Amino acid sequence: MVKKLSTDSIWEMLKTIPDPEIPAISIVELGIVRNVEFDNDQLNIIITPTYSGCPAFTFMKEEISRHLELREITNYQIKTSLAPPWTTDWMSDEVKVKLKEAGIAPPSNEVICPRCDAPTVAVISEFGSTACKALYKCNECSEIFHHFKQI
Amino acid sequence: MPKDSLFQYVLGMGDDALILGQRLSQWAYKGPFLEEDIALSNISLDMFGRANLLLEYAATLKGNGATADELAFKRNEREFKNYILCEQPNGNFADTMVRQFFLDAFYKLFLQNLTKSKDDQLSAIAQKSIKETTYHLRHSSKWIIRLGDGTAESHAKVQSAINNLWMFTNELFEMNDIDNEMVKQKMGVDCSILKIEWDQIIDDAFSEATLNRPEDANMPSGGRQGIHTEHLGHLLTDMQYLQRSYPDATW
Repeated sequence: MVKKLSTDSIWEMLKTIPDPEIPAISIVELGIVRNVEFDNDQLNIIITPTYSGCPAFTFMKEEISRHLELREITNYQIKTSLAPPWTTDWMSDEVKVKLKEAGIAPPSNEVICPRCDAPTVAVISEFGSTACKALYKCNECSEIFHHFKQI
Repeated sequence: MPKDSLFQYVLGMGDDALILGQRLSQWAYKGPFLEEDIALSNISLDMFGRANLLLEYAATLKGNGATADELAFKRNEREFKNYILCEQPNGNFADTMVRQFFLDAFYKLFLQNLTKSKDDQLSAIAQKSIKETTYHLRHSSKWIIRLGDGTAESHAKVQSAINNLWMFTNELFEMNDIDNEMVKQKMGVDCSILKIEWDQIIDDAFSEATLNRPEDANMPSGGRQGIHTEHLGHLLTDMQYLQRSYPDATW
């Protein structure tokens, strides 16, 4: 069973798992999946946390397990790697567009309003509802929005 | 190198993160306003995440089936190796921010150096943590400036917090036998040389905030040897209550 699987098909499967906190993007797009490889018959999935205390990380691991088991893949290990540390630089431009469409300002040193594109924004809180986001307000259109913190 | 030195070293850092995280979590739903409540909880979460990484590593080094949970919940006060600054009570918001600022500034310098550790796991944890600590320091230093250069009342409160907590800062730069051993093995950090840069960070913020730096007087230490202030025991009775009352309970 396992031998017939390719790493490509595993990557495709992982791309269907949404980030539990930001469902507009997948866990692959978030950049936490670092590698997928077969060691003989065993599938190894290497993932890295965004923030060391992110409570969604455990949930993501459980979701990966659930998806694998739905496909009757049982010989696998999900391993955590810490270095190199996760960075928002791993997000592609397409992912940044998806974030903006979901109303979240993508990671950048120059935060602009995701609703009206105005650059005149103010920080409300350096910390948001999840570890990876900060809270901003647009001085132009008054929209309150999250910024995906650039790290 | 004796494995026990590395274990003790990792344990000290893990305890710093755990005890500071527990202190910050005590602010949850009591913050001065909603955004700051969320900020303190977020920082607390980062600390618990770091504590988990370090205590899991410490448990591996200890061997014999030790776990991070056992280290967190089944050790007594004298077995905790955190710096005594971490366990100081939250007090008012200025007290909490001054404690945080002193520790963020120290840990930023410490972790920068620890990324170069010859121990791969310590280096990986440092690379991860430095990003978070840099962000925390930005937050705490902004508050020091805002409170110091704010109203007469906020200035008085933050100055009083500085005066009360200053005595606990000297311990951060002390080197014991384990620290020296770790530096010799190129695994650890020479904290004594961090003091100059730390002083600079503190002086820059204090000068902008119109705050005064106290003179060094009685500067207690002992956290890394398990000698604590009265506050740690109270914190542990709260944090460890469930495991002590219902040993090995699981969800």
